[in-house]
Amino acid sequence: MSEWLENHLPKVVLAPSFIAVLIFVYGFIGWTAWVSLTRSKLLPKYEIHGFIQYERLFDSPRWDTAINNLYIFGALFIVIAMVLGLLLAILLDQKIRVEGVIRTIYLYPMALSMIVTGTAWKWILNPGLGIESMVQGWGFPNFEFDWLVNPDYAIYTIVIAAIWQSSGFVMALFLAGLRSVDGEIIKAAQVDGIPTWRIYTAIIIPSMAPIFLSAFIVLAHLAIKSFDLVIALTGGGPGYATDLPATYMYAMAFSRGDIGQAASSAMIMMLVVFAIVVPYLYSELRAKND
Amino acid sequence: MKRFAFATVSTLAVVAGSSVVAEPQAEVLHWWTSGGEAKSVAVLQEEFASNGGTWTDMPVAGGGGDAAMTALRARVLSGNAPTAVQLKGPAIQEWYEEGVLADISNVAEAEGWADVLPASIAGHMMCEGTWCAAPVNVHRIDWIWANADVLAANDIEMPTTWDEFNAAAEKLQAAGVIPLAHGGQAWQDATVFEAVVMGIGGPEFYQKALVDLDPEALTSDTMVQVFDQMRTMRGYVDENFSGRDWNLATAMVMNGEAAFQIMGDWAKGEFLAAGKKPGEDFLCASTPGDGYLYNVDSFAMFEVEGDDNRAGQELLAKLIVAPNFQEVFNLNKGSIPARTDVALDAFDICAKISAEDMGTTSAGGSLLPSYAHGMALRGSQSGAITDVVTAHFNSDMSSADAVQQLADAVANSY
Repeated sequence: MSEWLENHLPKVVLAPSFIAVLIFVYGFIGWTAWVSLTRSKLLPKYEIHGFIQYERLFDSPRWDTAINNLYIFGALFIVIAMVLGLLLAILLDQKIRVEGVIRTIYLYPMALSMIVTGTAWKWILNPGLGIESMVQGWGFPNFEFDWLVNPDYAIYTIVIAAIWQSSGFVMALFLAGLRSVDGEIIKAAQVDGIPTWRIYTAIIIPSMAPIFLSAFIVLAHLAIKSFDLVIALTGGGPGYATDLPATYMYAMAFSRGDIGQAASSAMIMMLVVFAIVVPYLYSELRAKND
Repeated sequence: MKRFAFATVSTLAVVAGSSVVAEPQAEVLHWWTSGGEAKSVAVLQEEFASNGGTWTDMPVAGGGGDAAMTALRARVLSGNAPTAVQLKGPAIQEWYEEGVLADISNVAEAEGWADVLPASIAGHMMCEGTWCAAPVNVHRIDWIWANADVLAANDIEMPTTWDEFNAAAEKLQAAGVIPLAHGGQAWQDATVFEAVVMGIGGPEFYQKALVDLDPEALTSDTMVQVFDQMRTMRGYVDENFSGRDWNLATAMVMNGEAAFQIMGDWAKGEFLAAGKKPGEDFLCASTPGDGYLYNVDSFAMFEVEGDDNRAGQELLAKLIVAPNFQEVFNLNKGSIPARTDVALDAFDICAKISAEDMGTTSAGGSLLPSYAHGMALRGSQSGAITDVVTAHFNSDMSSADAVQQLADAVANSY
């Protein structure tokens, strides 16, 4: 008995969470996929109607806007947050004084919830309350900064707030990466008289490739599931100019009683996540097997 | 001894069962949780209790009812629906089609609802010929509110046509006043839009375009004119309007920063709460044009089990439509009673105008459901229209493009 238990204990302990994940993650993905093929409105129905919901989805100009916004937001957010995070990390890595304090200051925005970030930036960017009115008050009456209320630029305000929130976290990731680079190599390079910027571009940064990948995965999934920041900052507006797929799905499922539409948009979002995560997992697994 | 005890207990049980024939029970799901609204619900709760009922309150705040609807969906799917749910318009029919609404025709017939409710409002309360919901109030949507001092200072009358409105707005703009206080949220854009559709196209056009969704009406020249007027009005709004809440826009009218606001009669509550007097400090009139757009709050009755629950449901339905509750509730909420035979002495001048117009438009067939407030269309259709309206209002889209998108969006929403 005790031998059996000893052999099977890991399986027994893992079983409940395994079953829970199986049902609540993969089971519900399957359920959503099924519902996305039906004409469900207020309550889910299970009669299959083909790809009607996907046709409706791709005919909808609002969904086009949401997907375009995801590209703009995702690309700018990931690239700028990584560049900024790396830059901050390198500057912090110069053995400066009170590094701990500065690191905490940069990391602190991560401790706020997106709702707080969104609300604060809403006030900062509001033309009548924030930067625009402040600069105008300094005596520059022609100064304009109305991105928040301009449908063509509103999506960039979300990028700004998201970068403010996340770049400190990326900095922490990169800082850990920088510290893990073998000091002997760097010292050897310094002895050889190689300039510092060359040490970074040719030695340190290339050896941090796994960190780049982790930062990319974390930021990418943050971008795709972004919801609370948009709701707090712009409410999807002006009009629906700052809709993202997640806010589109919420509107369909909970405000409009159009569950089929919501399910199909959720499936598309999941496919986008897969497109990013699957190559990552594949490369990880291959690296392990080698 | 044992047998005696058993006999006593069973007799008691029989006696108890017959004497307290089904004490009325009701579990009520609603989202009236803010100050004035909560007070209004408390009125109903007290009346229900004083008639011997037990009220189980189930308030779900948030998202303008979205959160409550999510809770309702979960309750219905688990086979345990509340007794009565705050629902309105076509949503009642949608739930009826799911087969979960109760029939309260016996109460409605005993109380003679058909004689005291305007026909088009009674229509919303019926599911295929049987009564399934009880109306609480009537909000008028197509109101235009104005600051009396600002109008007097600029020598402007309340506009009765959209041209007059535009002329007044130009004059106000020249005088440095914001002509139209507006909040750039999709539902507020839609509220202005439906008032313009009604004003420029008339009640018949409104019915065809926004109730019947007739593709010809949606792509007609009249609709192009409507979008032209929306574009003109975009110029009368201050640049800072995006995302502003409606009550902040009302405050702008109140303190003279802006002259007009187009908003349902809950705006009146804001004026009154600030101590302003209707007819003196602020003016109310219907938006230019004929007709009356209503938003009727109601309670839909869900199929429940047990005599006590059914008794509670019937008592609740009876009390909701009874004159006393209709008067007290609507005095608190700023709307008017749904039944036409309630004395209006205690109501203010705006409510009296509203009630009188409801009577005349009901007789003339121009008492119409508001699309922007979910009375005329199902969620996916009205949402599709709102998407186009708000996209047009917040960009430089041309009226012709907007009309085309409108027709496409409606066709794509089924």
